[in-house]
Amino acid sequence: MNLFNFFKKNTTSAPVARERLQVLLAHERTIVGGGESDLVAILREEIMAVIAKHLAVPQDKVQIKMDRGASVSTLEVDIEIPATLTGLRPAA
Amino acid sequence: MAKVLVVTSGKGGVGKTTSTAALGAALAQSGQKVAMIDFDVGLRNLDLIMGAERRVVYDLINVIKGDAKIEQALIRDKRVETLHLLPASQTRDKDNLTDEGVARVIEGLREKFDWIICDSPAGIERGATLAMRHADVAVVVTNPEVSSIRDSDRIIGMLDSKTLKAENGEQVEKHLLLTRYDAARAQRGEILKVEDVLDILSIPLLAIIPESTEVLRSSNLGAPVTLGSPNSAPARAYHEAVRKLQGETIVEVQKQRGLFSKLFARRAA
Repeated sequence: MNLFNFFKKNTTSAPVARERLQVLLAHERTIVGGGESDLVAILREEIMAVIAKHLAVPQDKVQIKMDRGASVSTLEVDIEIPATLTGLRPAA
Repeated sequence: MAKVLVVTSGKGGVGKTTSTAALGAALAQSGQKVAMIDFDVGLRNLDLIMGAERRVVYDLINVIKGDAKIEQALIRDKRVETLHLLPASQTRDKDNLTDEGVARVIEGLREKFDWIICDSPAGIERGATLAMRHADVAVVVTNPEVSSIRDSDRIIGMLDSKTLKAENGEQVEKHLLLTRYDAARAQRGEILKVEDVLDILSIPLLAIIPESTEVLRSSNLGAPVTLGSPNSAPARAYHEAVRKLQGETIVEVQKQRGLFSKLFARRAA
């Protein structure tokens, strides 16, 4: 415990605050704002269905994230496709 | 036709009233006709910060109830003649703060002033929702501290859903005012940096008000910091905020500071 505290002292606290807030607010916005989490869930399901038609990508390789911005919000879809699945050669 | 600006935050003690007074005075100094309304019924303080506590005769509730005309209740500032204050009531009869009453007061003021600044009470109850109800522009006052940021996020959500503009499918123009900011502590990673707060809240920055003894000194003397200590760093920051609110493009001082912070952050990490 003491050793743990010793190491902890050397780290700054602001990044922890930032991290905690980001996690918390992402959650609270979907609850208080209402609806956004449903939208992401629906999008995820349908995007998965489209991908499954063509590629056998595991569920956990598809990340869908919604970010609220000042003038625009972004929907980030990150699909990791193993090279063996595509059979495509890297572009020259 | 006036622009209605709400100064809000959710959390208490972050500098709403101080900022209302400073922004109001700075706007009035630039020649604009300004009316500031204290919405903190029961716990009024804008009169005290403005140094007008002994001149209060009628208040917002009196005007809403029809006991006084708005002209009778408005207190004209003795330093800047285009600056006016409509104080809140000291009594606890919050029930008299009605939607229709507030709408009537704001409409009455809209014709006579360039800016109506609504000083919101803390919290998310009726006083706060009524203060933001008619807003065209919102200044979200935030400290670089977790609870303040969380509450500001909540208030931003309300500005996007509970205001007249939001209900009409329009947007309240939102600005972040980061107060009590200590750049040195931010660089050391002890408090959240400007970039962090902006990143989390995703609304544009109006100004950074540095932590300063001048703010309290001015409050003690009953003067907005922009009048009481006009050359101090906070006063200059409030003046910059006002120029931005009036639509002037400003040399991007923050950008530079952001870059510096980034460099330091990298070194610290």
